[in-house]
Amino acid sequence: MNFKLTPTQSLFRQMIREFAEKEVKPLAAEIDEQERFPIETVQKMAPLGLFGIPLPVEYGGAGGDNIMYTIAVEELSRVCATTGVVLSAHTSLCLAPIFENGTEEQKKKYLPKLASGEWLGAFGLTEPNAGTDASAQQTTAVLDGDEWVLNGNKIFITNAGHAHVYVIFAMTDKSLKNKGISAFIVEAGTPGFEIGKKELKMGIRGSATAELIFSDCRIPKGNLLGKVGGGFGIAMKTLDGGRIGIASQALGIAQGALDETVKYTMERKQFGKSISQFQNTQFQMADLKTRVEAARLLVRSAAFKKDCKEPYSADAAMAKLFAAETAMEVTTKAVQFHGGYGYTREYPVERMMRDAKITEIYEGTSEVQRMVIAASMFKK
Amino acid sequence: MINKNDYKNVYVFAEQRGGVIQPVALELIAKARDLAEALGEKVVAILAGYNVEHLIQPLFEYGADEVVITDHVELKDYLTEQYAQAVSQIIDAVRPNIVLFGATTIGRDLAPRLSARLATGLTADCTKLEISEDKQLMMTRPAFGGNLMATIMCTEHRPQMSTVRPGVMPKRDPEPGRKGSIVRFETKFDTSKIRVKLIEEIKEEKNKVDITEAKILVSGGRGVGCKEGFAKLQELADILGAEVSASRAMVDAGIMPHDRQVGQTGKTVRPDLYIALGISGAIQHLAGMEESGFILAVNKDKFAPIFNVSDIGIVGDVNKIVPLLAERLRKEMQK
Amino acid sequence: MNIVVCIKQVPDTTEIKINPVTGTLIRDGVPSIMNPDDKGGLEMALRLKDKYGANVTVITMGPPQADLILREAFAMGVDRAILLTDRKFAGADTLATSNALAGALRTLEWDLVITGRQAIDGDTAQVGPQIAEHLDVPQVSYVCGLELEKGGKSFRVTKETEDGVQILEARMPCLLTVLASAVKPRYMNVPGIVAAYNKQVEIWGADKIDVDESKLGLKGSPTKVLKAFTKGLKAPGELFEVEPEEAVGIIISRLKEKFII
Repeated sequence: MNFKLTPTQSLFRQMIREFAEKEVKPLAAEIDEQERFPIETVQKMAPLGLFGIPLPVEYGGAGGDNIMYTIAVEELSRVCATTGVVLSAHTSLCLAPIFENGTEEQKKKYLPKLASGEWLGAFGLTEPNAGTDASAQQTTAVLDGDEWVLNGNKIFITNAGHAHVYVIFAMTDKSLKNKGISAFIVEAGTPGFEIGKKELKMGIRGSATAELIFSDCRIPKGNLLGKVGGGFGIAMKTLDGGRIGIASQALGIAQGALDETVKYTMERKQFGKSISQFQNTQFQMADLKTRVEAARLLVRSAAFKKDCKEPYSADAAMAKLFAAETAMEVTTKAVQFHGGYGYTREYPVERMMRDAKITEIYEGTSEVQRMVIAASMFKK
Repeated sequence: MINKNDYKNVYVFAEQRGGVIQPVALELIAKARDLAEALGEKVVAILAGYNVEHLIQPLFEYGADEVVITDHVELKDYLTEQYAQAVSQIIDAVRPNIVLFGATTIGRDLAPRLSARLATGLTADCTKLEISEDKQLMMTRPAFGGNLMATIMCTEHRPQMSTVRPGVMPKRDPEPGRKGSIVRFETKFDTSKIRVKLIEEIKEEKNKVDITEAKILVSGGRGVGCKEGFAKLQELADILGAEVSASRAMVDAGIMPHDRQVGQTGKTVRPDLYIALGISGAIQHLAGMEESGFILAVNKDKFAPIFNVSDIGIVGDVNKIVPLLAERLRKEMQK
Repeated sequence: MNIVVCIKQVPDTTEIKINPVTGTLIRDGVPSIMNPDDKGGLEMALRLKDKYGANVTVITMGPPQADLILREAFAMGVDRAILLTDRKFAGADTLATSNALAGALRTLEWDLVITGRQAIDGDTAQVGPQIAEHLDVPQVSYVCGLELEKGGKSFRVTKETEDGVQILEARMPCLLTVLASAVKPRYMNVPGIVAAYNKQVEIWGADKIDVDESKLGLKGSPTKVLKAFTKGLKAPGELFEVEPEEAVGIIISRLKEKFII
């Protein structure tokens, strides 16, 4: 049992924190304000190997581990949750399913370019009528000769429009329900594949969230990911991994809000002393820090199990549930500690509170996480 | 082991550039006078350059008892090796007790090269020099980013050498017509060691807008209020060799550009002197400047939070105080 | 081309605070970093490597913990890393430090030695020029720009001065001291980080280097620290409510006391 980061993980943390502070933080308010995708940050991250952290070197990855990946998402989200989710969606939801389910040919074709950041990745499962209940997929894929023909719409897709590679789920046999869902790799620019309406969001406003529209979109037969009918399993497994990413994002937001609040309450003076000297501040802050540390242990423990190739589905759900609720609690109290200033855009906690909310919703709402955790307890 | 008694007198490297004596040389001569008097020794200026004969007399007038001059075309521009050869040959010949250099890009290039050549100690960037009871030089300098002061001695080696921050030691008033002795020294250049060539020198009118680099900042807030007010602040800054900065309110109002903003959403500054004029001291402003070395604040409101961090606070109207202060400072700086 | 970059691990002095009660330095929890000017120098070396091909070695003198900045250098792209660590190096002033580094450099092959201009803990700017003198090579300090001359036998160097810049030509082998502001150092890259701890940091003691031991450490240091002290606590400021003329008089006298004017 060892709770310490390895020297490699700790060196990585030093690098990503410096990168986040110097390159990401200065843009955070601006991309939020302008609802602008931080393309320049993506371009800076790419040559550093940040888009292929846990991928083996043979596929062009950095050969790191999932703990390092969680540290990356945490540290980026500590200063800018938008940048955190760009990396999380790319790595957990596109790079990982192709690595875990792809044929050797698919891996050789897609992974090196995804890992180098030349191509950004995205994932399309959610539909207007298929959110938590993914089995209600309306998008269809029909084999026509050597091509699959896709029809339907996906919504709320992170990195939409900026990604080159999309892992898309569609019904290949509606009668089989879950067992009739298959996964496909679709490249941007394929005829019949268009980006639809961009969402205007409460938080993570720099992240591109949009609709994907497939109308008679023909992709090569070889772009089926996994087996016909294996899509639901791929989606669920992918989301298990994605939850570690979002848990890391939530953790980062919480840590960022905590750090801002420590700084502020030490500087802000009321009634002749800094507000950090009031016992109310101290007790509340102590509780918040404890929660953040507990969230970090859950996140790292889930990532560690994934690195050890042990089942981690419930661990990821617990990490995401707890980290997301922690992020919401910490940011809400952070705004409260900042008083009137906290409600203005002068201080970053206002943005952090808006950013935190999504972590309780996407990649499985908190309710879904509870379902996953309970299911792991009561299975026969 | 050397015989320390063979080493006498306080020497100053009289830095000149293009035939112009640098202010730090005169500051060092003034300090050297104090040290020499405490030791019962002479102040000697080392003058190296080309066609610099005319600089001898001012060195006497500012307090040198003697000038050792080496005048040679090889010394026309400052280059490390040529100057190291000249000054080390002089030091070998005259055996100084103490040698002081300005902590300029020249002094900080030359002095360490010499210290290695002469195998003696060198203390960088001193802000205080004193003579101890046993007649040793005590050199005090800041370290750890100015958080710590250290007093350093060089007891067993000679000469005792240090570089001194420009602008720290006050100059003496010159004594017109003051005389001293002149020693002409002929440097024997070993040209085989000269391996760096000056291709060109590009002088820049430095347009310093990086307020984080400024040693002194004159900063204005709501109490200054308008562009005309900031013009007055600029006058004051020019006298002090300072830069002008501003609070957020003035930047948001478009009166000052963003790169001059101090505070949470602007820059964090740490000058030696921060003059806060008409700035109330909102927390976000204080966060950006409270680490400054010395803070002078002027504000109408005596309960303004800026006074919690200031070293001297003046309750008053900046528009009245700034012109008066500028006038007095101008007189002081001319002295 | 062989390049050796001398780097130092320093406390991040911008993070150092004074204990408001005791007036002493708080060093606990202050992170140790690669000295910024040295990192600038390392970046310059790596750019030469990228452009012309070069073997870049980093060398540091310090306690075993200084291993960290050598790993960081590996993760930035250097080829070789040497840690000079020995009790005999302890207590060194700038001259003794330069003797140790020069002693190590005598055993290595190089065309260019780069150091940072100065370290943020000492701010002396002395070690670079002192090394150059020991090794009998030319130096250029305050370097903000560097190009290899045609023919590859010398460098065209830009040096920052108070009045602007000088363009100099320095013949190889030579030593340059570099400003952090000259170049933006690259970040460590992730594959480099993953590989950094699989590489070998060479650990050298005093016996591995070419220098007389009497020139090392405390023994080899002509300067000694008599005392170190903090500037003390910030006393509560004074507040004056007086007529403008009198106020200006007070300001002038205080600024004079503090040697500010």
